[in-house]
Amino acid sequence: MQAVPDATTPASAGGGDAASHLAIEGVRLVYDTSRGPLVALDGLDLQVGRREFVSVLGPSGCGKSTLLKLVTGLLPPSAGRITLAGAAVRGPRPDVGIVFQQPTLLPWRNVLNNVLVPIRARGASVRAHRDKALELLKLVKLDAFARHYPHELSGGMQQRVGIARGLVHDPALLLMDEPFAALDAMTRETMMDELQQIWMSTPTSILFITHSIPEAVYLSDRVAVMGPRPGRIVETVAVDLPRPRGLETMADPRFIELTTHLRSLFREMPEAEA
Amino acid sequence: MAEGLKLAAASLTTFVALILAWEGAILLFDLPAYVLPRPGAIAEALSRGWIGGFLWPHAWFTLQGAMIGFAFGAVAGIIAGMIVAEIRVASLAIYPIVIAIQSMPTVAVAPLIIVYFGVGLPSKIVTVALLCFFPVFVNTVAGLRAADPRLIDLYRAASASRLRMFLDVKFPGAIDHIMSSLQIALVLAFVGCVVSEFIASTAGLGHIIKSFANDLNVSVMFAAILSLAAMGAITGFAVTLAHRRIVFWRAR
Ligand SMILES: Nc1ncnc2c1ncn2[C@@H]1O[C@H](COP(=O)(O)OP(=O)(O)O)[C@@H](O)[C@H]1O
Ligand SMILES: [Mg+2]
Repeated sequence: MQAVPDATTPASAGGGDAASHLAIEGVRLVYDTSRGPLVALDGLDLQVGRREFVSVLGPSGCGKSTLLKLVTGLLPPSAGRITLAGAAVRGPRPDVGIVFQQPTLLPWRNVLNNVLVPIRARGASVRAHRDKALELLKLVKLDAFARHYPHELSGGMQQRVGIARGLVHDPALLLMDEPFAALDAMTRETMMDELQQIWMSTPTSILFITHSIPEAVYLSDRVAVMGPRPGRIVETVAVDLPRPRGLETMADPRFIELTTHLRSLFREMPEAEA
Repeated sequence: MAEGLKLAAASLTTFVALILAWEGAILLFDLPAYVLPRPGAIAEALSRGWIGGFLWPHAWFTLQGAMIGFAFGAVAGIIAGMIVAEIRVASLAIYPIVIAIQSMPTVAVAPLIIVYFGVGLPSKIVTVALLCFFPVFVNTVAGLRAADPRLIDLYRAASASRLRMFLDVKFPGAIDHIMSSLQIALVLAFVGCVVSEFIASTAGLGHIIKSFANDLNVSVMFAAILSLAAMGAITGFAVTLAHRRIVFWRAR
C-alpha cells in the first residue's frame, strides 16, 4: 500500500548495530539540586534506526523528558555517549525537531510563521522555506488556516501546527514529548492516525515519549520501557503489527497481547504511575 | 450591545440619583457653599473654566507634566528592565540602585526635586518620571523572565543568537506585562504631577486646587478635580485600547 515498505519493517530489536541512526550508550545524567545530586538517568542504552518509530514508555518522573534534552544536545550527559547520524552529540543539534506536550506556539505569529520558527531561529531564509511549510500544513490538514492565529484554533489543530513546525527543517530525527497527552480522547485517536501518516510520508525517524500503552503500541516499530528513577531501559518490545495500522489494529489479538504484556511490566514496577 | 446599553442606563441612573441626593443633602442639612457647593455651582465653575477658558492652560500644564514624565519614566523602565533581565552583571549593578531609589517615597523627594529643577514644568516631569519608572521596570523584568523555557530551548537547539531570541520570543511575550504596567504608571503620573504642583508651581490643575482652597472657593476646586478625573479616564481608555490592539491574541 505504501511506496516505502521497508520503512515499516523494524530494525532488529535493540542490538546496538553500527547502522543505528541514533545511538545512546550507557548514558547517565545527574542533576545538581538543592537537596544534593539527583540521578535522573543511569546506564541508559537505546538505539533508533533510520526511519524507525520508537516509543519510550515510562512512569512520570522516570526521566523521559531529560532523555530528550540530552538528545537535542541542550544538556550534556554526565557519562555515556550519544551519536546521531554518525556524529557525536555535543552541544545544540539543529538537525532534530522537537514537539512538546503543549503546542507552545508564538501567539503573535500566524500559523505559517509559527511553522517557520525553526527556520527563522537558524537565521535561514524564511522565504526559501515557505513552500515547504505550506506543504507540511497540507500534510497536517491545516493549509486553509495558514493565516490564522493560534488562539483561533482548537487544541488539536494547534498541536498539528507544532508537528509541522517540528518537521519544517527536515530534521534527521523528530523528538516528541507526550505530544497528545493534553488532548481529549477523541482528538487523540485522530492524531495517532495522522501522525502515522505523516511519519510514513516523511523520511524522518521518530523518538516518541508517552505514558499511554495503546498509543505506544499503535504507533511504534519498537517500544522501549523505562523503569522508575534512575531511568534506564528495562525492556524493548518489537511491535510486529502490519502497517498502515487502523481501527482494526486495536482489536488484533497481537495488539492485545502486546499491550497486556506491557501492562504487566508496569504492574511489577515499584511506585509506577503510568 | 444590549449589555452595553443596560450598563449605560444603570450608570446614568446612579449618576442622576447621586446628584439628586447631593442637592437634597444641601437643602436638608443647610450646608454652606464653602463646605459642599451645589452641583449647579460646580457646573457653572466648569463651564466658566472650560468655555470661558481659564482652566485651559492649567489642564494643558498638568497634561504635559503627566504625559512627558510618563513617557520618560516608561521608556527608562522598559530599557532598564531589558538590561536587568538580559545581562546578569548589569542586573547585579542596577538592582541595588533601583531598590535604593524606590525605598525613598517619591512624594517626600518631590520638594527636593523642586529645589533642583525649579517650580516650572521640568520638576513636574522629573517627579512623574520617577514615580512611573518602577512599575514599568518591575513588569518588564517579570515579563521577559516569564518566557516559555520550551520556546527558548527550541531557539537554543537551533543555535539562535540571543538577539533573535529576544526579538522573536522574549520581548513580544513581555508586551502584555508591560502594557498592564503602563496602566498603573498612568494613574501614578497624574498623582505625581498634582503632588508636585501642590508643593510649588506656576500653573496646573493641582496649583488651581491649592490656590482656591486658600479662598475656600470649593466649586472651582471641584471643577479642577473633575477635569483631572476626565483627563485620567480618557488617557486610561487610550492605554486600554492600545493594550487590546497590540496584545490581540489575549482573549478578554
Ligand atoms: N532541571 C532539573 N533540575 C533538577 N531535577 C530535575 C530537573 N529536571 C528534571 N528533574 C528531575 O529529574 C527526574 C526526571 O524528570 P523528567 O525527565 O522530567 O521526567 P519525565 O519526563 O519522565 O516525567 C524527576 O525526578 C525530576 O524532578
Ligand atoms: Mg516529561
